[in-house]
Amino acid sequence: MIEIKNVTKIYKDKEREVKAVDDVSLNIKEGEIFGVIGYSGAGKSTLIRMINGLEVPTTGEVIVDGEKIDPTDKKKLQRQRSRIGMIFQGYNLLKTATVLENVMLPLKLEGLEKELAEQRSEKYLRIVDLWEQKDRYPAELSGGQRQRVAIARALAHEPKILLSDEATSALDPETTESILKLLLKINQELHITIFLITHELDVIQRVCDRVAVLAKGKLIEQGNVLDVFTNPEKEATKKFIGITDTMGVPLEILKPYTTNGQLVVLKFIGQTANEPIIADLSAKYGVSPNILGGGIGYLKKKAYGRLLVHFDFQGEKEFDDAMAGLRTQDIYYERVEI
Amino acid sequence: MSFINEWGPTIWTGFLETLTMTSITLVISVILGIPLGVLLVNSSNQGLHPNKSLYTVVNWLVNIFRSLPFIILLFLILPLTKIIAGTTIGIRGVILPLVFYCVPYLARLVESSILEVDSGIIEAYQSMGISNGKIIVNVVLREARSGLVRGLTITTIGLVGATAMAGLVGAGGLGDIAYQYGFQRYQPSVMYATIVVLIVLVQIVQTVGDICAKKLQRD
Repeated sequence: MIEIKNVTKIYKDKEREVKAVDDVSLNIKEGEIFGVIGYSGAGKSTLIRMINGLEVPTTGEVIVDGEKIDPTDKKKLQRQRSRIGMIFQGYNLLKTATVLENVMLPLKLEGLEKELAEQRSEKYLRIVDLWEQKDRYPAELSGGQRQRVAIARALAHEPKILLSDEATSALDPETTESILKLLLKINQELHITIFLITHELDVIQRVCDRVAVLAKGKLIEQGNVLDVFTNPEKEATKKFIGITDTMGVPLEILKPYTTNGQLVVLKFIGQTANEPIIADLSAKYGVSPNILGGGIGYLKKKAYGRLLVHFDFQGEKEFDDAMAGLRTQDIYYERVEI
Repeated sequence: MSFINEWGPTIWTGFLETLTMTSITLVISVILGIPLGVLLVNSSNQGLHPNKSLYTVVNWLVNIFRSLPFIILLFLILPLTKIIAGTTIGIRGVILPLVFYCVPYLARLVESSILEVDSGIIEAYQSMGISNGKIIVNVVLREARSGLVRGLTITTIGLVGATAMAGLVGAGGLGDIAYQYGFQRYQPSVMYATIVVLIVLVQIVQTVGDICAKKLQRD
């Protein structure tokens, strides 16, 4: 659906060059929610803006729905853009227009007949649950409501793709949650592919199918959200998603546990995270587990957990058997050496 | 009472002359000044259609005309006034210099009120595939409208002031009456009366302008 091929963007200053995006390639499939996460200044914003031609790549190309985004061909670009919706952190609504006018004006400017524009506006304002507020002005709405208007405005063009540029970053957690639910609904019911950028881990966990981690313009890691969260390959990714082998437990607390037994990290995926498996281990294998740290995270479809556990045991065999037992239940383990 | 009987008609005529000069100039200036302001913003480096040479020329011209006091401008462009208006006297002869005085002024005010518009909104409309021309007319000017009204109010009041000099070419107006009768014939009461009318006029323009701008603001 969206192919980003070896895209590089260099901003030139009088004195220096800044590589905002450095040879990034991504392939976003139809119907998925793809998230790019990174700190501010990582190049996320530049990347997303290249998808609808608001930024032009220095080298490389972006292909949307089989067609290259070519900013030199204005007419074609306008046609392509009308099939790509975009929402922003700052909502970007007209202050001087009511909720309804905000959704309807772009449709009219696009050349839609008044009646059709009205029908569409009503349909999508109802989807975002704001039809009752149609005659109010943005200044009278909350941040979450404003973002809903912006979403309705984007949807009213009936795009195939929705780009979300930090759409929830200015919102409080509760409102963020409701906007994320709306994005999920749009994705599932209207079958719109969503490409979003964010610096909030939570957003990726809650709605994304796949994720890419961007740092200093470079793509560090990408994959299914579940894989990246449970098995991050790169150190930078681990840091970003807040997963380290010691789970934030201070070293002086862990030290005494290194003299006997074994420290391990257990990784749970899916429904096993909900079952009392650890408790069963001591009964079955005669090892004594001691949970030192960890947590359970909830992704879009699955829960995943990571636990730092110290096992005390009589002989290596007991430990190996216990670990083998865990493997049969789809629990992975990693020895932790300090 | 006798003062009103004696001077009322004169002041009323002057008031109408001022009103005529101001409104004709204003209409022409809006037609020319708003596009010129839009041109200034959009041809600049950060504009939608950057054009360095065009911007430099327009910017310079605006600055040059803005540096001239109206009374100088009035005489400077006399030959041009003669060609375009056919005469250099009366209301007909003063409109062109007033337009030359007013348009660059208004253009600057238009420029600054357009620059107030959040660039994110322009970007949002671009991202929907809407052409820059449509964005300027339907989005930018709309969002800037409150500032435009404020600019127009300032321009109108400036214009009322400039028309005072119009008496020099026989166009009449309130300023002319105040000068003629109050200063040259030493009849201060006439001068005070016209001043009161001018003050009331300016107050009304400012108040109406403020109310309109506030109504249009919406935030």
